[in-house]
Amino acid sequence: MKHMTRKATRHISQNEGLIFEKSSPGKAAWKLPPLDVPEIDTAKILGKQERKDLGHMPEVSEIEIIRHFTRLSTWNYAIDLGMYPLGSCTMKYNPRVNEFVSRVEGLANGHPYQPEKISQGALRIIKTLTDCLIEITGMDAITMQPAAGAHGELTGLLMVRAYHESTGNARKKILIPDSAHGTNPATAAMVGYAVENLKSNNRGMVDVAALAAQMNEDVAALMVTNPNTLGVFEQEIHKIAELMHAKGGLLYMDGANMNALVAKTRPGDFGVDVMHLNLHKTFSTPHGGGGPGSGPVAVKKILEPFLPAPVVVTKPDGTLGFEYNRPHTVGRVRAFYGNFGMFIRALAYIFANGPDGLRQTTEDAVLNANYIRKGLEGVYDLPYSTPSMHEVVFSDKVQSKKGVKTMDLAKRLIDYGFHPYTTAFPLIVSGALMIEPTESEPKEELDLFIEAMKSIAEEVEEDPQFVLEAPHNTRISRLDETQAARKPVLRWKPKNVD
Amino acid sequence: MRYLPKSPADRDAMLKAIGVRSVDELFAPVPQEFRLKRDLNIPRQMAESEIVDWFKQRAKENGDGYTSFLGAGAYSHYRPIVIDALVQRGEFLTAYTPYQAEFAQGTLQAIFEFQTMVAELTGMEVANASMYDGSTGAAEAVMMAVRITGKSEAVVARSLHPEYREVLETYATHQGIPLKTVAFAESGRIDLKELQQEVRDDTACILIQSPNFFGTIEDVEAIAEIAHKHGALLIVSIAEAVSLGIVEPPRAADIVAMEAQSFGVPLGFGGPYCGVLATKEKFVRQMPGRLAGQTVDKKGKRGFVLTLATREQHIRREKATSNICTNQALVALMVNIFMTVYGKVGLKELAKQNLAKTAYAADQFNKHAKVLFAGAPLFNEFVVETSEDPYAINSRLLGHKIAGGLPLKKFYPELGNVALWCCTELTTRSMIDTAVGLVADSERAIRSMKEVEQEVAR
Repeated sequence: MKHMTRKATRHISQNEGLIFEKSSPGKAAWKLPPLDVPEIDTAKILGKQERKDLGHMPEVSEIEIIRHFTRLSTWNYAIDLGMYPLGSCTMKYNPRVNEFVSRVEGLANGHPYQPEKISQGALRIIKTLTDCLIEITGMDAITMQPAAGAHGELTGLLMVRAYHESTGNARKKILIPDSAHGTNPATAAMVGYAVENLKSNNRGMVDVAALAAQMNEDVAALMVTNPNTLGVFEQEIHKIAELMHAKGGLLYMDGANMNALVAKTRPGDFGVDVMHLNLHKTFSTPHGGGGPGSGPVAVKKILEPFLPAPVVVTKPDGTLGFEYNRPHTVGRVRAFYGNFGMFIRALAYIFANGPDGLRQTTEDAVLNANYIRKGLEGVYDLPYSTPSMHEVVFSDKVQSKKGVKTMDLAKRLIDYGFHPYTTAFPLIVSGALMIEPTESEPKEELDLFIEAMKSIAEEVEEDPQFVLEAPHNTRISRLDETQAARKPVLRWKPKNVD
Repeated sequence: MRYLPKSPADRDAMLKAIGVRSVDELFAPVPQEFRLKRDLNIPRQMAESEIVDWFKQRAKENGDGYTSFLGAGAYSHYRPIVIDALVQRGEFLTAYTPYQAEFAQGTLQAIFEFQTMVAELTGMEVANASMYDGSTGAAEAVMMAVRITGKSEAVVARSLHPEYREVLETYATHQGIPLKTVAFAESGRIDLKELQQEVRDDTACILIQSPNFFGTIEDVEAIAEIAHKHGALLIVSIAEAVSLGIVEPPRAADIVAMEAQSFGVPLGFGGPYCGVLATKEKFVRQMPGRLAGQTVDKKGKRGFVLTLATREQHIRREKATSNICTNQALVALMVNIFMTVYGKVGLKELAKQNLAKTAYAADQFNKHAKVLFAGAPLFNEFVVETSEDPYAINSRLLGHKIAGGLPLKKFYPELGNVALWCCTELTTRSMIDTAVGLVADSERAIRSMKEVEQEVAR
C-alpha cells in the first residue's frame, strides 16, 4: 500500500460458497409441531395440481444458515462500520430503538384487514406521523401509501394530472432540470407526460429566465429537487413557484434532499404544491441493502381531493378510521396502506429528536458537508462555487488528466475503509464526486475521510496505475460488468445440468 | 441529541475551519422570509424508555392477543427466529443498494441466491431482486407484457385480489392499457368460456391469481393455452407463496408476479412486504427492477454485480422499463432466509399442514354454513356463506377475541353474506372449533327465528 490508512486494516475474511453448494439430502433447519387435525390425502385434494418436487431448493441445518448469512454480511460495508457518504442517499444512523418498537407484538402482527376497532394503535401511529410530516413540510395533507421515493413521484404526478384534468386540460409535459435524478423523467413517462429538459444556469440552479421562456399552458408541472443534486439551494424557488402558478402549472418538489431543510425551512412556505419524502433518507429508516423505503406524498389543499384512497380520518366518536369514499381519488397505488413498518421507525426517530433535535440534525448535516468542502477544496475541482447545503459535488477534472476517473477514485477509497461517494452523478458535472456525509459523522471520521481523499489525490500524482487497479484490499478485485451483462447468469444451476 | 456525535467544541472548531461565525451563515442561501423562526409544532424530544412505552401502548390498542382468521393477501405464518437475528446485522440492515460491488458482495450473493430460489419455486427461469409488493408487481408485469407483445389490452380475472386490481387500474390509466375483467364461474375459478370470448389477437396478456382471491387453485394450463393461442402472455399473480410447497407452480405462465410476504415477513399492518417478478430468460431485458448476476473479478474469482442496468431509470431515464429504484431488499432477505430454513422438504411439509388445517376447517364450517366454490381445489382460504351478515357475526366474535373471516360485501356485493376465512399452520384445531361453534350458534339462532316467524305467519 502506498499510503497508510488510519481507518482500515486487513483482517481475516471467511470464504463462503452458495447455499446450494452446502445442501445435501436429509439436513434440515425446520421442525413443525404435530398436526392436530386429520391427515389429508394431498393427491386426492389437489389432483394434477399437486406438486411433487421442489427442484434444487436447499437442505441445510440451522448453524449452517447462521454462518452462511453471517459470513456474507461481513463482506458488506455499512453505516454501522463508518461513514457512507453517498450523495443524495442520506446514509444516516439507523437508530436501534426504531427496530425494537417496530417488532413489538401487536404492531408487527397487526393484520391490515383487522377491524378498525382493534386497529386504533396502528391508526394512531399513522395519524401522529402524518401530523408531524405535514408540520415539517408546511403542506396541508398527505398520503402514506407509496412504497418508495419513485413510487411517491408516481403518486404525486398522478395527482398533478388529476388536478389538471379536473380543470378540463390534462396538459402535455413536465419540466425537469438537467440535474435531476433518473426517476423523475421515468416517472413522468409512466403518467403519460412528455419530458422537457430545463437547463441549469452557471451557478448550478434553475435558470429562471429560461424557465419563464419555456413555461406555458402545456406544462403540467416542474419537478425540482431542492436542494438540488449539486447540494445547492434553489435561491429563487419562490420566483420559480410564482412563474409556475402564473401559468396554471404546479411545482413538484423531490424531497430526496429534505435532510438539508427539516426545521429550518418548509417547502409549503416557499410555494411547493406537491412533494414526496423518503422516510429511508431523512427519517432514518434503514436502507437494508436497497429497501424497503417509504415515499409519503404531501400536498396543498388544492390537491387533497385527489389523494389515493383510503385516508385516515378522525370519526365523529373520536376514534380513527379509514375513509374510502373519495370520488376524486387517483386510485390506489399499493395494496393496503403502505410500508407501515417504516412509519413506526420514522415516528420513533421524530420522537427521539423533537423540534430541537431535528433542527440540530439539519444544522449538523450542513455543517459536515461544508467542512468536507473546505477540507478538499483545491485538491479536487469544485465545478460550482455556489454555497453547499448538505452535500458537495466535486469533479475528477484534475485527476482525469492522469487518466484516473471518479469511479477509480471511488474504488481506491474502499481501500481506505470508506464506502465511495456517489459517482458520475449529477449528469451536468463531468466525472462527479457527490459527497453527503449526513449529521451522523463525528469530526474524527470527517477528518479521516478528508485525509483519505487527499492521500488518494497524491497517489494519483505519484502512481496513477495503482489507483486504476484499486481496490487492492477487498476480497475480490474489480468485477467484469461487461461479461455479466453480455452473458447474464442470474441464477445458480447444478453443474451436471446444461 | 443522543444520535448526534459532536460536542459544542467540535462544532465551533468546524465552523472556524470553514470560516464562518455561526451555522446560520451556512443557511444564507435560504431566503430570509422562508426561514423557520420557530420550533416545529411536533412532540418534544423523548427518552428511549418513553418511546418504547408509547409504542407498546399503541400495540395494546391493536388487536394484540386476538386469534385471527384473516388472510386475503396477508398471511400469518410462523417466522423462524434466525430471520430477525440475521437481518438485524448492521452489515445487512445499514447497507445501501450494492452499486459498489466489491464492498457489497454479501448483499449481492444473497440476492443471487434469492433469485435462484424464487425461479426454482415459481417454475420460471429468472427472477428479479424484488418489487414493492404483490400489487405493484402485478401492475408492472402487465406493463412488461405490453412492451413484449407490442399490444395494449389486458384481460384480468375478477378473482384477482381486488386491491391488486385497483392498483393495476391506477397504473394502466395513463399507459393507454384498456382493462377487461373476466368473471369467476360457479367453481370459483375464472370463467373459461367468458375468457375465451374476451381474449383476442390484440390482447397483450391475461392476468390471473392462483390460488386466487377465494383460495381456489386455477387451471393454469388451460388459461395459458387460451393466452398463447392469441399471442398473449399469461401472468400469474401468487399472493400466498406457501402454496408453492404443494401446488404445482404455474410453469405454463410467461410472467409470475408474486407477493412473498408469507415467507417470513411480519404482517405489519400491510407492509413492508416483498413483491417479486419471475419470467422466462427471453423476456429478461423487458423486466423491471434490479438483477444480480454472476461474473468474475480480474483474477478470475467468482463474484456478483447488479447487471442489465440499461433497463433501469438511472441509465435510461424516461425510456426505462419502470421508474422503480429503491426496492424491498431487506424484506427479500427475510424471504431468502425463510426459504433456506424450510428448503426442499420443509416447504412441502409446511404447505401440507396449511392444506390439512384448511380442509378440516372448511369441513367443519360446511356442517353449519355453506362453503362456496367447493368444486375446485382450495389452498388455505375458503369462502363461507352465512344467513347472518358476516359483519354482525364478526362483531360478536370480537367479544371472544377472535377476528373472523373478511366480509366480502365491499369487494363482491353479488355474493351476499359471505366472508373469506383463512387457516395456516398457526391455526389450531381448538381455534377452528371455537370459531365454527360461534358461527354455528348464530346460524341456529337465525334458523329458529325464521321458524318462529313462519309459525306466526301461519
